[in-house]
Amino acid sequence: MTTKPELMKRMVKGPDGLEFEVDPLRDYYCEAPPTVMPGAYIQIVEDFFNWARSKSLWILGFGTGCGAIEMRPLMTPRFDAYRFGVAWRPTPRQANLFIISGYLSTKTLKRAIRAYEQMQNPKYVIGLGSCTINGGMYWDSYNTIKKLDEYLPVDLYIAGCMPRPEALLAGFEEMKKIIRTGKAEGANQYAENFAWYKANQKRVIHDWDMPDYNW
Amino acid sequence: MRELYARLKALYPLGELTEQRKNLAFVTVPAAHLRDTLLHLRDKEGFTHLVLLTAVDWLEEGQFQLTYLLNNRALACDLGLRVLIQRDTATMESIHDLWPTAATYQRELREMFGIDFPGSPRIEEEFILEGWNSIPPYRRDFDTLKYAQEAYAERPGRVTHDPETHMRLQMYPGQHPAGK
Ligand code: SF4
Repeated sequence: MTTKPELMKRMVKGPDGLEFEVDPLRDYYCEAPPTVMPGAYIQIVEDFFNWARSKSLWILGFGTGCGAIEMRPLMTPRFDAYRFGVAWRPTPRQANLFIISGYLSTKTLKRAIRAYEQMQNPKYVIGLGSCTINGGMYWDSYNTIKKLDEYLPVDLYIAGCMPRPEALLAGFEEMKKIIRTGKAEGANQYAENFAWYKANQKRVIHDWDMPDYNW
Repeated sequence: MRELYARLKALYPLGELTEQRKNLAFVTVPAAHLRDTLLHLRDKEGFTHLVLLTAVDWLEEGQFQLTYLLNNRALACDLGLRVLIQRDTATMESIHDLWPTAATYQRELREMFGIDFPGSPRIEEEFILEGWNSIPPYRRDFDTLKYAQEAYAERPGRVTHDPETHMRLQMYPGQHPAGK
């Protein structure tokens, strides 16, 4: 692993004039890999949690490919996705649904992984458009991945190139059903198969210069 | 355009003029005369704007063709200077001191075609790609499909339809696919 200069150990001078050592990888990031979150102690409570979770879909406003353009009309009065109880947030810390909206170049994949890992559990991923499913029209491109679920746990795919806003709305309803039935276990899958996901990610991201886990 | 070409031709050893439109033409310049020609066009002929700098890979001829497209605002016309360089050495003089924007194009060309422009600012840095580990992807001997198949996991079951046959079947089911 080659480390970015800003991630290297260095001496820093504080505002009070004191010098101290900073090791960003240890001080700013959590080294521990993600762990599986057990369900509630009794199924009925877990069901209740899942019902509540399905009512709060907070989407990370990170558009990765051309499909992202279809998310904009959803935020406007014409389609008004907010009436379905979904909302967009500007930061991964405040979001629990990551919509990979189309093709991911390896460069964007790197950012998408960082963003995904910074989201809080329980978290969900929707793959939007054929590009996330089998490469779509970027199937022979030299820098886009072709199968999203090799790199991030995907709960739901919405097919189309590009899917219309109505398809996304249907997708949200489908996502809620998946959450309510307790099948949206992406974050736990990610934790369970962490090594497998990391190996896949590192196979395509050649200049891995960040911590293994970006939490 | 013809007059301009005649004026230039008297000064520099130019190739044929290819007129694409009334206000767009291309001409070949030997690499050694590029800088002088560009300077002359910029300072004396009013071609003050570098529109783009791009390359073509003439693999069979063993050459790269660089195209410097210049624009004359007042006359609303474009002139492209073509320079042929050796593909194996793939080095060209940098013109970032004539147009600072050229540095960006040169970085791109270096990354995508592997053409070096010694002395150009930040030419060594990665431009768009991160951690690229193969030959420059815009070179024609780079096999994009093969690279994509080797580098990126695929989902089995992908099929490609011939658009014409597929649409015929969709719109006129029952008819023989090849039926005319
Ligand atoms: S599926 Fe189509 S619309 Fe979506 S990112 Fe790919 S090419 Fe663009």
